[in-house]
Amino acid sequence: MSKPESISFDEASREKLETLQRNASIAGVVGLGVLLGAWVVAPSTFYPAYLIGFMFWWGIALGSCGLVLLHHLVGGSWGVPLRRPLEAAAMTILPLALLYIPLAIGIQTLYPWAKHVPEGAHEHLSPWLDQSFFLGRAAGYFVFWSLLALAVNLWSSEQDGRTDHAPSRRLGVIAGPAAVFLFTSASFGAIDWVMTLEPHWTSTIFGAMLCIGGLLSTLAAMAIVLRQLSGCNGISQKITPDRLHDLGNLMLAFTMLWAYFSFSQFLIIWSGNLSEEIPWYLRRSRGGWEFFVVALMFFHFLTPFFILLNREGKRRTRYLALAATWILVMRVVDLTWLIAPATNDLNSPRFAWGTVILGIPAVVGVGGICVAFFLSRLKRQPLVPLNDANVVAALERAGG
Amino acid sequence: MTHHETEAETVYGIMAEFEHEEDVLEAAEAAYARGYRAMDAFSPHPVEGLAEAIGFHKNRVALVVLLGGLTGGLSGFFMQWYTAAVEYPFDVGGRPYFSWPAFIPITFEMTVLFAAISGVVGLILLNGLPRPYHPAFNAANFATASTDGFFLCIQSDDPMFEAEAVQAFLTEFEPKSLSVVPL
Repeated sequence: MSKPESISFDEASREKLETLQRNASIAGVVGLGVLLGAWVVAPSTFYPAYLIGFMFWWGIALGSCGLVLLHHLVGGSWGVPLRRPLEAAAMTILPLALLYIPLAIGIQTLYPWAKHVPEGAHEHLSPWLDQSFFLGRAAGYFVFWSLLALAVNLWSSEQDGRTDHAPSRRLGVIAGPAAVFLFTSASFGAIDWVMTLEPHWTSTIFGAMLCIGGLLSTLAAMAIVLRQLSGCNGISQKITPDRLHDLGNLMLAFTMLWAYFSFSQFLIIWSGNLSEEIPWYLRRSRGGWEFFVVALMFFHFLTPFFILLNREGKRRTRYLALAATWILVMRVVDLTWLIAPATNDLNSPRFAWGTVILGIPAVVGVGGICVAFFLSRLKRQPLVPLNDANVVAALERAGG
Repeated sequence: MTHHETEAETVYGIMAEFEHEEDVLEAAEAAYARGYRAMDAFSPHPVEGLAEAIGFHKNRVALVVLLGGLTGGLSGFFMQWYTAAVEYPFDVGGRPYFSWPAFIPITFEMTVLFAAISGVVGLILLNGLPRPYHPAFNAANFATASTDGFFLCIQSDDPMFEAEAVQAFLTEFEPKSLSVVPL
């Protein structure tokens, strides 16, 4: 097997990267500063808004880790330009673990079950929705996700420096079980942190729905990363139309999967028409939220669906990055719709203006920190893994 | 130009046989650069870049699939609306007759079904099939196009077609065999 050349940023790109990283840090600090002010003034508005920003970037961190594991399992040419960006994005779970602390502090404000222990007909919920158990679970998730992110990063770097395939093989062995546990634990995380905002409502597809949304965000974020990287010498030759096409098809598939999951949950609850299930949807379709429902149908599903049907478009970075930006905006809209109306009062439905507006600095603030961390990881390693069996095989098939 | 016309009436084209895919690709690119447009290439497996080399860029299968999908989806939705809300209104648990969420699964399935069927049928028809006779099969060794032979045919309906010139041109690429294909 031939050894692929080592590709890293040239001087000009490195400077651009430094600027970008600095700007991201500034955006992060400013965003979090705004949120700190909001926290002092109106904590009950702050917490759900912060949760929106947190869940958005959490989905990308875990989605990236999942896609790296997937590439170790199945290989394929799509991973050649994406492996290193995905590995770097998986590492953002480390700052996110610290950024979870405000949510742990706000547990009593955010979750009704933490203030009033479930009793009566809902007593069976109390062992699971116990504050210390809840926080212990969160800590457990973060330990597992961080270890996984470290494993896929450190072993992948280790592989760069050696010609035997021991680290790659190690990753190949853990990838299958790790992907299963990652998906399961992410589903548990989504249920714990978002679904229990309304503890009396349950949906078995809810965790998977958020995981699929996170994967869609990840693919969209990677399309934007590739658009940026396509201006850098060396890596730009690896971003071929075929690989962009693969990424575009994955985005299309996950757009459809998101719609499928979201609609299945609705259809089942709508058909059942049970009084303990439908309030979740009633809260999300009154007081202005009905516009979000229409926006989600048309702009989260139909628009990206038709945009991503275009074969020629999917083979160009600019077109794909525009579609990706659209999808990311709609991901924030979706998370806002899932989280902000949780406290909507059905007798006097209101639109949660404060939470929706504060959601923007939350996404920017958490995102600034994550993006800065991502860039600092990305520039430290060759942009295409060296000596990785899957990557080498893909490069040989493509003739370099 | 009587010479040209009689040729066009009796000759389908000049077929060159190659042993390697790189050779047929090279010949196709050169032929296109020379100005030949009416040509076709045959290979036992898809050769990357060959379709582009003979100037074949776009087919209408995607459009057929899109139209098929839209037809299926709309007719599926219409069928349910018409039967459940107009022709035979039926009360299901007190829900409105026009309960669109319940119509979505069938609409989706009909979209997929019609898109898939129109894809297959469109592919066959756009390829000019079924077609019991094709002059290309008159070329020497043409059966190997299904196993290990690569072929390039410059057709007589090309405005630039002149049998001797085409033969001389294709000979430059040292084909394994070269034959004049009768209609």
